[in-house]
Amino acid sequence: MAVIQFSQAINQALYQLLEKDPEVFLIGQGVTSPWYVGGTTLGLVDRFGAERVFDTPVSENGVTGAAVGAALAGAKPVLVFPRLDFMYYAFDQLINHAANWHYMFGGQLSVPLTIWGIVNRGGEQAAQHAQSIQAMMMHVPGLKVVMPSTPYDAKGLMVSAVTDGNPVMYIDERWLYQTKGEVPEEMYKVPLGKGVVRREGSDVTVVATSYMVLEALKAAEALAKEEHIDVEVIDPRSIKPLDKQLLLSSLKKTGRFVVVDAAWQTGGVGAELSAIVASEGFDYLKAPVARVSLPDAPAPSSSVLEKVYYPTSKTIIKKVKETVVR
Amino acid sequence: MQKKAEKQRQSSSPQDILKQLYRTMLRIRLFEEKTAELVQKNEILCPSHLYIGQEAVATGVSASLRKDDYVFSTHRSHGHYIAKGGDLNALMAELYGKVTGCSRGRGGSMHLSSPEVGFIGSSAIVAGSIPLAVGAALAFSLRKQDRVSVAFFGDGAVNEGTWYESMNIAGLRKLPVIFVCENNLYSTHMPVSECLADTDIHRKAETFGMSGYRIDGNNVIEVYETAKKAIDAARRGEGPALIECMTYRWRGHVGPNYDIEKGLRSKEELDEWIAKCPIDRLEKQLLQQGLLTASEIQRIRSELKKAVDDSAVYAKKSPYPDEKTLLDNVFKES
Repeated sequence: MAVIQFSQAINQALYQLLEKDPEVFLIGQGVTSPWYVGGTTLGLVDRFGAERVFDTPVSENGVTGAAVGAALAGAKPVLVFPRLDFMYYAFDQLINHAANWHYMFGGQLSVPLTIWGIVNRGGEQAAQHAQSIQAMMMHVPGLKVVMPSTPYDAKGLMVSAVTDGNPVMYIDERWLYQTKGEVPEEMYKVPLGKGVVRREGSDVTVVATSYMVLEALKAAEALAKEEHIDVEVIDPRSIKPLDKQLLLSSLKKTGRFVVVDAAWQTGGVGAELSAIVASEGFDYLKAPVARVSLPDAPAPSSSVLEKVYYPTSKTIIKKVKETVVR
Repeated sequence: MQKKAEKQRQSSSPQDILKQLYRTMLRIRLFEEKTAELVQKNEILCPSHLYIGQEAVATGVSASLRKDDYVFSTHRSHGHYIAKGGDLNALMAELYGKVTGCSRGRGGSMHLSSPEVGFIGSSAIVAGSIPLAVGAALAFSLRKQDRVSVAFFGDGAVNEGTWYESMNIAGLRKLPVIFVCENNLYSTHMPVSECLADTDIHRKAETFGMSGYRIDGNNVIEVYETAKKAIDAARRGEGPALIECMTYRWRGHVGPNYDIEKGLRSKEELDEWIAKCPIDRLEKQLLQQGLLTASEIQRIRSELKKAVDDSAVYAKKSPYPDEKTLLDNVFKES
């Protein structure tokens, strides 16, 4: 099996989807740029033409509405936001329209739309170029939300999102784009709503999303070596639908639960998972649930402040140790 | 006017089209009057925005549309739904919140849909469905189909950024979409002159490289002819158009009242527009030209009245959605 980069895996998924289905098209800011979306769309416009791969004006709500309208007419658009921050303008079309449509009209037409938003944190980009808004998206009925952390899942989840028949929010992180992994050449799906155990362990369950899966694995290795704490790392891959059973069965084994999500804490993914654990896994808990997240503050620019702002494996190690000593 | 009608009869618009326009307008009017009555009786509970006075716009535009052309509408959508060929029983049942409604009791008056006749849906977010029409046109154009889509919206939608974005995308890519502005002079209660720096909405078309028209929206023949020209051009791949139809809603923004009692507009203004009733106008013309007799008109009226009354009986008799189905259709099952 070929070992390729995360960004290449996305490129391969898009290439194969465009090749297979004439109803698929790719739009958004930067899709014909060599760098704006991290090289994920290289070569696509040359192969599929400017009719099916085209850059759009900076009219986020209008362009999103156009993608929704095309989906209602039977197309399967992939719409990219090079930064999630730019998507706020499009909330009306995403939430009032795409997410509500199927229900609001009694299950007649659906909106087979993939909204691909890239988290672009760090790099002194400050508060309007670095946001992670998965929790807001997860809150909306009618939207599915996936967050791949490996090249394999990046490809398989993109294929699942585009072929699902519903609006699916595909959130990934630029920090993952250079990471490498095994990716089959053929087209395949990673099912929505199915998580995976990235590392088996018996002392504590750490559920991490997107890039934080890598930090969690690093933390787990260090904790095993230095503290003899055996961490089980779970990657939910989809945060909606969520693989609740996987989380609860791991908790049953370990009795300790830490959620790692690099977004604001209040009302975040961690809050939701903690509530699930508190209401459905209470009897398994040996210690209070813990959360690793961003503080409830906008992202700063200065790299000195960024270092404190973003959690790393060290933050996870500290939190796990606090949980285990209880 | 006579000359125009004469031209219509000789060329693309035979007498049948005029009669059809008349029937459609009257069907909408009678349906809306019935709705007003049922709202007053508390039979219909969902907020209903009535189309009375504006019937010529939906009717004149839809007459040139095919079934596979798409229409997107607004909170005031009963007229658009009926003009595109939507079923009256399913519409009334939707207003009653019944499972036999066109949106299975999930949408109500503001969210109607009938995909089988190309009425894709109505959104209650001002300007919300305009980019959807642009997107449908984009899909048609990518497939090289000769289909068009229509966005109906009010003058209030022109205050929204989405309107400008949608106009720009359509103009930029020469998409087969017709923007139909129903300028009824009020955005809810706000006069258009208090909302727009330039109230000549049709002139904004030029900025986006498309044709713009301002027409008498109470003259169904003028609406029909202008829309036909724009729709035919869009079908040929000549790009979008903006048609501003000057019209007036007789009732208030929402519900059966007239807004006179609230002091939001004058009785004189309303009376002036009632005198310009699009249906009376065409009826006079049909009678004058001998296309219909008074007794034929009476027959059409009672036939349509019966269909509307029947729809209310149907709606009332229909079952409500089963409580157990509350969570159905949040997602499409794969």
